[in-house]
Amino acid sequence: MTLKKIMIGTASCVALTAGAASATDMTIVSWGGAYSASQQAAYHDPYMEANPDVNIINDESSAEAVAKLRAMNEAGNITWDVVDVVASDAIRLCDEGLALEIDADTQLAPAPDGTSASEDFGDLLVSDCFIPQIVYSTTFGYRTDMVGDTPPTTVCDVFDTETYPGKRSLEKRPINNLEWALLCDGVAKEDVYDVLETEEGQAQAFAKLDTIKDDVIWWSAGAETPQLLADGEVVMGSTYNGRLFALIEEQKQPVAMLWDAQVFDLDGWIIPAGLPEDRQQAALDYIYFATDTQRLADQAKYISYGPARASSAPLVGQHAELGIDMAPHMPTDPENAKNTFLYNYEWWADYRDDLDAKFQAWLAQ
Amino acid sequence: MTSATDDATGPVLAADGTPLKRSLNRALRRQKLRALMLVAPLLLFILITFILPIGDMLFRSVENQIVSETLPRTVVALEDWDETTGELPDEAVFAAFHEDMVIAADQKLHTRLGSRLNYEVSGMSSLFRKTGRRVDRMDTDQPFRDQFIDVDKDWGDVETWSAIKLFSPEYTPGYFLNSVDRTLTPDGIEKRPEDQRIYVSLFWRTMVLSFTITFSCLLLGYPVAFLLSNLPLRSSNLLMILVLLPFWTSLLVRTSAWKVLLQDQGVINNTLVAIGILSDDGRLALINNATGTIIAMTHILLPFMILPLFSVMKTIPPSYVRAAKSLGATDWTAFWRVYFPQTVPGIGAGAILVFILAIGYYITPELVGGTSGIFISNRIAYHISSSLNWGLAAALGSTLLALVLVLYWLYDKIVGIDNVKLG
Repeated sequence: MTLKKIMIGTASCVALTAGAASATDMTIVSWGGAYSASQQAAYHDPYMEANPDVNIINDESSAEAVAKLRAMNEAGNITWDVVDVVASDAIRLCDEGLALEIDADTQLAPAPDGTSASEDFGDLLVSDCFIPQIVYSTTFGYRTDMVGDTPPTTVCDVFDTETYPGKRSLEKRPINNLEWALLCDGVAKEDVYDVLETEEGQAQAFAKLDTIKDDVIWWSAGAETPQLLADGEVVMGSTYNGRLFALIEEQKQPVAMLWDAQVFDLDGWIIPAGLPEDRQQAALDYIYFATDTQRLADQAKYISYGPARASSAPLVGQHAELGIDMAPHMPTDPENAKNTFLYNYEWWADYRDDLDAKFQAWLAQ
Repeated sequence: MTSATDDATGPVLAADGTPLKRSLNRALRRQKLRALMLVAPLLLFILITFILPIGDMLFRSVENQIVSETLPRTVVALEDWDETTGELPDEAVFAAFHEDMVIAADQKLHTRLGSRLNYEVSGMSSLFRKTGRRVDRMDTDQPFRDQFIDVDKDWGDVETWSAIKLFSPEYTPGYFLNSVDRTLTPDGIEKRPEDQRIYVSLFWRTMVLSFTITFSCLLLGYPVAFLLSNLPLRSSNLLMILVLLPFWTSLLVRTSAWKVLLQDQGVINNTLVAIGILSDDGRLALINNATGTIIAMTHILLPFMILPLFSVMKTIPPSYVRAAKSLGATDWTAFWRVYFPQTVPGIGAGAILVFILAIGYYITPELVGGTSGIFISNRIAYHISSSLNWGLAAALGSTLLALVLVLYWLYDKIVGIDNVKLG
């Protein structure tokens, strides 16, 4: 009798929570850490305030999002509502039919002056399924106390082990490294991908990387380079600009940015394909709110990534805690963006598998 | 007389009149069934949550329905095409391809196929994406061949079509060939170009490093286990806690601690430089290479060697060694001829445990292994979570599984699997 009561009690509890869950919960997947915190402050909290019946749950699985979304899709049980991914992953998800196609002009907010969303985002709408949120860059930081009186000024100083002896940290993947190698081997910026498409061009890039191979520590997580710089393990290293900002401005380490030839990349939202109608509608409503001009500008208060909308740039203010102007720390700031490089998504979608095999074989040599 | 013979040769009967043999069998069967029912929940659990998903994952290593399902008409039409002539397929193939692509683009399946074929030929991904966008607007009255070549010149390339034909069967050995650095070409199986061969050397390295780790675990763990089993209870309990403490600490914490210790500006190198053993520019490279992987993983896996050794050593009566000594054996002979052989089952259990765990490790090699200390599992993880080439990941996983089974079989032949004891 008691057992029966307990069981009925438990069952109704489960039913209640389940009922409550389906009515209000929205699972948003992102990268965790400072990045998720900036989204919480700029997007989630104001959205929940405006929509008291919605409860946003954070999931920090963006690094495995592509694989997990495919697994969910195959299992026919999609538990995520909105997912934050980098643009190349968004393209892959869109290609695999795992992300919902979104029409920027009808499903996103126009700029305050009436400019349509597609024009406001411009070239940054690199996939039909992807709503860009921030522009970040992969760039170099160096130890100011380890470079003598002549701090490095160009990306090619990374390849100059005579003037700047010591280890460098580079990401353990071909993307960006091959482009930098070619740029520093005399290839013009606009020809890089044409050259890299040929066998000789690839050999040329690897040959250039060969010259510093013994001085490189390869990283696979974004936090590694800041740590290596802080420990004095490397004299310079590549990582995401936001990580370097935290290292320089928040932790006050003797590190400076080398913005030269920074590679722009995008991070943004996708909505998984195959959501039930009501959840899809809720996700679209959230996206409409979270990617408008003011919201994108707000995020820059908490983290040094540039908003993806052109109309947001003038609204970027000061850091919420440090009180410093954020504009000079944005990768898109004119002073920093004198020499930039835009990651070619289409090209890498084609050549990634092939070059990755070659890169791994080269590393193992 | 007759009835007596009958009694002697006829079946023995049970109390209820049925033959005793049958009655006994029935009772045994019932017993087995009851036993089976007791283990049934666990059996079902393992079947549903372990065997089936793994089977499904391994099956992906040969599965290739995507081409024939997305382009059914093209695949049939291509059967008559002979790629060795070096000529493009005829108009019928292009017409079938157009029909397939219109349907595929409508259902958004063409880009998925492009990603699949891109694993074999670079450029397929954008080729299918681009073609899918234009295929609706093609003029059905004009020859399709020129229209496709107009969209992208790669459609005029025999290689594109022979790749589609080559990977049109429902099952392909392609992933497995790839996992051993071979590739499927129209002329048969060939080695991959030298600058793309990675997997065979990675498998080999995984084996060598796992053996090294197992051996160093044994070398370090044996004396500790010996001490543990022979010290008085008070001190052995304390020692046991010291063995178990790292075992309870998070894997990531331990791996990061090794980073702090081993790096160029780390504790070990700084100390050695400070006391003058090393010069400042002669610091030891202890991390981001195979050395780092061996050190960190030996430490992490050490308890798995010590615990089985300890539980076996605990059961060895000390009187045996005393008896050997009283019969005139030296310390070494008593150890080597009497004590050591009795610990072999523990060594076997510990070694198998450590080796199997080591061979599938991936987070520690990823963090401390640099380029020369990573394992095959790091590539499997990459293909599962990054490149989405699950077929290749499954093939690599199956190959690894097969390798482990072969080693297990060898172990059984050489040492004997009955000779393994956990206590």
